[in-house]
Amino acid sequence: MTPRAGFSRRNFLKTSGALIVTVALDGAAEAQFGIAPIAGSPSTRQLDSWIAIAADGSVTAYTGKEELGQGISTAQTQLVAEELCVPIERVKLIYCDTALTPDQSYTSGSQSHPANFNHNNLAQAGATARQTLLRLASERLGIPIEQLTAKDGVIRAQSGAPKQVTYGELIGGHKFNLALDPQARRKPPAEWTILGKPVPQRDLPAIVTGQFEFVHNVRLPRMLHGRVVRPPAVGSTVISVDESSIRGLPGVVKVVVRKNFVGVVAEKPWQALQAASKLKVAWTPGTGLPGHADFYEWLRKQPARDTLMVDSQDIDSKLAQAATVLRATYHYPYQMHGSMGSSCAVADVASDRATLWSATQGVWYQKTTSALLLGLKPENVRVIFRRGSGCYGLNGADTVTYDAALLSQAVGKPVRVQLTRKDEMAWENYGNAFVIDLRAGLDTQGNIIAWDHQAWSASYGNRPGAAMPGNVITGLLAGFEPDAFTPRPAVAPRAYNNNSNAIPSYLAGSVGGKAGGTGTVRSERVLVHTVQSPFWTGPLRSPARLQNTFAHESFMDELAAHAKADPVEFRLRHLSHERLRAVVEAAAKAANWDRRPSPQSGSSQTGTAVGRGIACVAYEGENGYSAVVAEVEVHPDSGQIAVKRLVCAADCGPISNPDGLRNQIEGGALQGMSRALLEEVTWDDQKVTSFDWRTYRTLPLGFDVPKIETVLLNRPDEAATGAGELSITVVAAAIGNAVFDATGARLRQVPFTPERVKAALNLRS
Amino acid sequence: MSAITLKVNGSPHVLDVDPATPLLYVLSDDLALEGPKFGCGLGQCGACTVIVKGQAIRSCITPVESVAGADITTLEGLGTVDKPHPIQRAFIEEQAAQCGFCLNAVILTAKAFLDRNPKASPEEIRQALSNVLCRCFTHVRMLRAIERYQQELPR
Repeated sequence: MTPRAGFSRRNFLKTSGALIVTVALDGAAEAQFGIAPIAGSPSTRQLDSWIAIAADGSVTAYTGKEELGQGISTAQTQLVAEELCVPIERVKLIYCDTALTPDQSYTSGSQSHPANFNHNNLAQAGATARQTLLRLASERLGIPIEQLTAKDGVIRAQSGAPKQVTYGELIGGHKFNLALDPQARRKPPAEWTILGKPVPQRDLPAIVTGQFEFVHNVRLPRMLHGRVVRPPAVGSTVISVDESSIRGLPGVVKVVVRKNFVGVVAEKPWQALQAASKLKVAWTPGTGLPGHADFYEWLRKQPARDTLMVDSQDIDSKLAQAATVLRATYHYPYQMHGSMGSSCAVADVASDRATLWSATQGVWYQKTTSALLLGLKPENVRVIFRRGSGCYGLNGADTVTYDAALLSQAVGKPVRVQLTRKDEMAWENYGNAFVIDLRAGLDTQGNIIAWDHQAWSASYGNRPGAAMPGNVITGLLAGFEPDAFTPRPAVAPRAYNNNSNAIPSYLAGSVGGKAGGTGTVRSERVLVHTVQSPFWTGPLRSPARLQNTFAHESFMDELAAHAKADPVEFRLRHLSHERLRAVVEAAAKAANWDRRPSPQSGSSQTGTAVGRGIACVAYEGENGYSAVVAEVEVHPDSGQIAVKRLVCAADCGPISNPDGLRNQIEGGALQGMSRALLEEVTWDDQKVTSFDWRTYRTLPLGFDVPKIETVLLNRPDEAATGAGELSITVVAAAIGNAVFDATGARLRQVPFTPERVKAALNLRS
Repeated sequence: MSAITLKVNGSPHVLDVDPATPLLYVLSDDLALEGPKFGCGLGQCGACTVIVKGQAIRSCITPVESVAGADITTLEGLGTVDKPHPIQRAFIEEQAAQCGFCLNAVILTAKAFLDRNPKASPEEIRQALSNVLCRCFTHVRMLRAIERYQQELPR
C-alpha cells in the first residue's frame, strides 16, 4: 500500500530503509515500448532501486508497474514475498513515483507480467536479494550457503543447529550496492508458497470501507479547485473570453487562458463548476465532421499510411485457383474507455518545480511532457501515481493532469481538477474504428489455401509519449501539435510482428523465410491502411487486437460453415500452435461443445433460437492464449440477444494469482459483451454526441449476467505473459458466431443492436 | 451561504454553504469523506450514493438543504477496516472488486434495498441495481457478495 499524499519523502526514507537514485542507463523499458529511459529515476540494473530492507526486517519493494484495478500490486507483492521468503504482510510495495521507482515505461499492453515476473526486473531483484542475504548469512554464521535455509525473514542452518540471523541484522537500513544478478536463481513454481495462490487484493479492505486514497481524494494544504472549459465543437478555437461574465461569483480566484485552453480556478469545486459553466467564451465554429451514417465509406477514401504485415506475394493467384472464394466486410465503431469516475489530478506547480499526483499509465512521460507544457526542466517535475477509476487504456488521466498543472501554474498554488462527465467523454482518446475486408479461398476439401486481410482504421493523437503533449486534448488546446500524420505506401515486411493481431491466427506468418505465425495457411497477405481520424484516438483495452480478432474469428466461422465443418474442428485443422490449440480444446471441453457444423439444422425462423459459438486468439501473437465459448438466446421479434453462458479458457504461463486471474477474465468477458452489444461513439456534423451514460450505453450491474466459467491452463515452465486482455479480445466474435449458430444470421457490425440483429435475420436466405 | 446542519454517520456538523450545493460536494470537500465519489454528476452511475432515511440517494444531484437534519450514512459510516460491516465483509470475502471506484455505489444501493427487502428475489435485486454501473464489469462477484449479505440478514 502506498503512503498517502501528505506523506513526506523525508519521513518516507526514514521508515523504508535505503534508497539509491541514479540515472537509468539500461533499455528494459525501451525494449517494451520503444522509448528510452527518462533521466532521474532509479536504475533498473541496481538492486537498491527495487528492494530495501529496514532494520526491523520489513521489506519495501519499488516497481514501475502500477495498480489500475487489474490486480498487479497484489501479484507483485506476492512475487517479492515469495522470492525473499517473507510473509506477504511484511512487504510494502511502492509503485510509479518518478522520484522513487525504476522507470518501467507504461503500465499497459498486458506487459506487466512479462516485464516483472520472468528472469528480469522485479523478479530478478527478489532473487538477487535472497541470494545476497544467503551469502551474507553464510559469512556471518560460518555455514555454507547450500546448508542454509531462509524462512520468514530469518536464515537458519538446515541441520537444525541453533545458529540463525535475521534480514534486519544482515542488512537492515543499509544498501545492497549491487547490480541485479541475471544468474541469481529464481524460485521455481514447484517451490512457491505465496505466488500461485489466490491471495486477496491488498487494498480491498480500505476501499470497501471508504478509507482508500484515490487520486480523487488527494488533498493538499492551500489547495484550490479548477474546472476546464472545453470547445463546443471539434476544431473550435477561442475568439475571446469575457472574464466579466463571472465577476462577483463566490470563490472565483482566476480565469486562465492559454491559447485555446480555458479554465477557471476557485476556492471550492462547486464554485469552480458554476463559474466554468457561466463563463462567456466566444469560439469559432468547428471544422466539421464526416457523416456518422456513411463514416465507414469515408474511411476507405482517405489518404493512408500503409503497412504490410505479411505478404507471400501469391495471394491473387492462389485465390484464383481456389474451389471457392469467400469475402466479407466487418465494421467496428469508435468506443470509449468511459471510466466510472471522471478523470482527476492534483498539481502543485511553483515557479521552478512541480509535483503532480496523477492516475496516468506513464508517470515518466507525464513528467517530461508536463515539463514541456509548463516550461520547466524535466528534472524539476515529479509525478506521483495515485490510483484512479479503472482506465482500460488512455482515458482522461493524462489530459486532466495537464489541466491541473496549467491551472496550478497560473495561480501558484496546488490545484485539483476533476473533469465533468461530458468533458471526459466528449474529448477522450477513443478506441479506433475499423473497416476490415477479408477474402479467403477454400480447396475442394474445404481447407483454407489463401487468406487476404485489408483493413482501414483511423488514428489521431495517442499517448503523449516522452515529448508529445499535443496527443491529448489539453496539450493541443495549449498550443502543442499531435503526432504528424504522413500518408505513405507500404514497404515489404521486415520481421514478423503480430502485436496488433492484424495477422489471423490461421496464417503461417512467414516473413524473411521464417514462419512466426500460429497457423497453417501459407498464401497470405495482411495490409493495413491507417488514416487520419477526425477524433482523438488511443489505446482502449485490446486496441486493434479486439477489432481484428472480431473480424478474423467471425470470418473463420463463415468459412467453417461454408465447408460444413464443426467450428472447433475447423479451427484446430488450421492451427499449428500447441498452446492456442489447447485453449480451444479446453474451452470446448468445459462447454460440453456439441460437435457439428453451424448453423444448427432446423434452427427455427421464428421463436427464441439458441446457439453456441467459439472464438480464439494468440494475444499479440504470443502474449497469452484465449478461447471463449458463448451460448446465446436470440429473440427474433425484438432483435435482442441474451448471452446465457460464457466459458473462457486462458493460458498466460505460470499463474501468479488464480483468483486475480479469474477476476480479470470475468471482467474482460463482460466488458467485451458490453462493447459487443451496446457501445458506440456517435457524433453530428460538429461534435461528439456521446457524452454521458444516456448517450453512451453500457451494461449496468442489474443486467441479466450470463453464467461465466473460467478454465485456467497453468504453464509453470513457460514465460509469464499478459492476461488482462485475453477474454475481452474474443467475446464479440464468440457471441456473433453463437447468433449465427442459433439463427443462420451473420452479424458483421459491432455493436449488435436489436436493429442490426433484425436486419441480419431478414437477410437470411 | 447559510448555516445548514448535517448529521453524517451519527455526527452533527454545522456548515456555512450555498444551500443549492449538491450534497456530494459538501461531503467530499467540507467533510473530507472519501466514500461517496463523483462519477458523473448527473445521477446516472451511482458513485455518489449515500443512505438517507434508509433510502439510497444520489448525492451529486441532491441539494444539501433538502437533507438538512436527516441522518446520512456514507460508506465509511458502515464499518472499518478492522471491523467491516457484514456487506463490506461479503465484498472482501468474494473479492468483488477491480478498480473499486464503483464499490460505494454497489454496496450502499444493495444494502439500502436488502435492508428493506430482505427476501428480495434475484430478479428484484437486479432491478434495484439497474442504474448502478461498474465499468470493470466485476458483476459476477458483486452479485455473489450481495447474495452472501442477503443470506446473513434476519428474515
